[in-house]
Amino acid sequence: MMNTVAVRAEALTVVRGGRTVLDGLGFTVPRSTVTGLLGPSGCGKTTLMRVLAGVQANATGTAEVLGLPAGDPGLRHRVGYVTQAPSVYADLSVRENLAYYAAVLAPGRARRAARAEAVDRVLAEVDLAGYAGTLASRLSGGQRSRVSLAVALLGAGTGDRPELLVLDEPTVGLDPVLRRDLWALFHRLAADGAAVLVSSHVMDEAERCDRLLLLREGRLLAEDTPDALRARTGAATVEDAFLRLVEAPAGPEGPAGPGGTGGTAAPGGAGTPSARHPREVRP
Amino acid sequence: MTAAPRPLAAGAARAGATARRVLLQLRHDPRTVALLLVVPCLLLALLSWIYDGSPQVFDRIGAPLLGVFPFTVMFLVTSVATLRERSSGTLERLLSMPLGRLDLLLGYALAFGGLAVLQAGLATALAVGLLGLDVAGPLWALLLVAVLNAVLGTSVGLFTSAFARTEFQAVQFLPAVVLPQFLLCGLFVPRGQMQPVLGAVSDVLPLSYAVDAMTEVTVHADLGGAFVRDTSVTAGCIAAALALGAATLRRRTP
Repeated sequence: MMNTVAVRAEALTVVRGGRTVLDGLGFTVPRSTVTGLLGPSGCGKTTLMRVLAGVQANATGTAEVLGLPAGDPGLRHRVGYVTQAPSVYADLSVRENLAYYAAVLAPGRARRAARAEAVDRVLAEVDLAGYAGTLASRLSGGQRSRVSLAVALLGAGTGDRPELLVLDEPTVGLDPVLRRDLWALFHRLAADGAAVLVSSHVMDEAERCDRLLLLREGRLLAEDTPDALRARTGAATVEDAFLRLVEAPAGPEGPAGPGGTGGTAAPGGAGTPSARHPREVRP
Repeated sequence: MTAAPRPLAAGAARAGATARRVLLQLRHDPRTVALLLVVPCLLLALLSWIYDGSPQVFDRIGAPLLGVFPFTVMFLVTSVATLRERSSGTLERLLSMPLGRLDLLLGYALAFGGLAVLQAGLATALAVGLLGLDVAGPLWALLLVAVLNAVLGTSVGLFTSAFARTEFQAVQFLPAVVLPQFLLCGLFVPRGQMQPVLGAVSDVLPLSYAVDAMTEVTVHADLGGAFVRDTSVTAGCIAAALALGAATLRRRTP
């Protein structure tokens, strides 16, 4: 059942502590594509990613991942999830961290050689081969988040990559050269068939994505390619497009028909007159 | 590519990998290991010094304490270790992977259980060899109960840490969970002479059985049904605490 859609959400809602964090989201994330999840801090990006990774409680509506409901046990070795804070053991070396996660993903003595190979491969991919023996606590923040990213790249640890990568702000605080390299890696992974979902609150990273999901205050502003988004709003940058979508009332070019990749999600409350006052998107 | 092992074997391999990882973390933290191994020994030495004039008192309470110290230390270490796993995000990541919840807890129990063998071995050797603790029963039984005590501390620690949100709460669970058991385990007042309500409470606390088993070993040369019963109850409590710990570990959190 190879489907071109990796993630399908319909009326996806998360209420946490009486507050609606995600409000009736509907979108798709295709395979073989780098999809950017963009929006200001606190707009619900992390919650959405947690839903897809299967660790978020109190989600209603549909969230289908690789044809299964999000969080299905069958997805646990097919989805790579990188949390925003690097989730690695500070008191283990980089290689020990990766070796442990690899053993969880692909256990058994018989696969030891394959695991060692996978660890070496991901170390090279995140450019940390020189730090294999360094304790994670001795690394810089950016290096530690790359270790965390490397864990997600392990896949089943034996050469088969995760089919969906959910990466929560993986490039924050990184050196521009490294950021460029990581984005190239994301595109390579997508070219190999993976669906890569990358969140960021930095709008210029949007330009590096094949497709975008713009999120604001728990609602989807737009689902489109960066080019189509700019063309449709007449903006020069995605950031301007974002502002225009926030400020524009629900117009005729609002919700396109469902199914098309160029379709826009309902601007909903974000476009209603009550929300017309422009807000600071980035400080 | 090699085929994936069968589910049970995979679970065991994952638990083993987790135990190895926990021990590796400890290896990078030699001071903690030193504290774990040395502190119970120092406390026992202090105790024997306190009762220098009355060695029969040291004989009576030395052996139970040989069980209580590893229980307490392992409880604390495990609570902190799991809380750290929770707050660092590694637990959330592990639970998004194909790791069974019980496999994770078993991994912890294995690692700390292994450390407990070392700790109990050292403390027993010191108490019997140097401090002159009189033990009627076989030494292996003393060691076995000491290790059971330590693993009990680990499993109860794993379970209670599910209820701690912060480090402060986790540390407070020590007086809340461990001290009542310590007071009611029969060390201060024999369990048979306790006020009935307290006796009944003491009857349902796991540490009571662990300490009873320890007393059996010190008093009787050959181990009877009471020893078997008390060690079985302790082992049952370990299994129950691990199962409860696995049940309270949530993959999905708010």
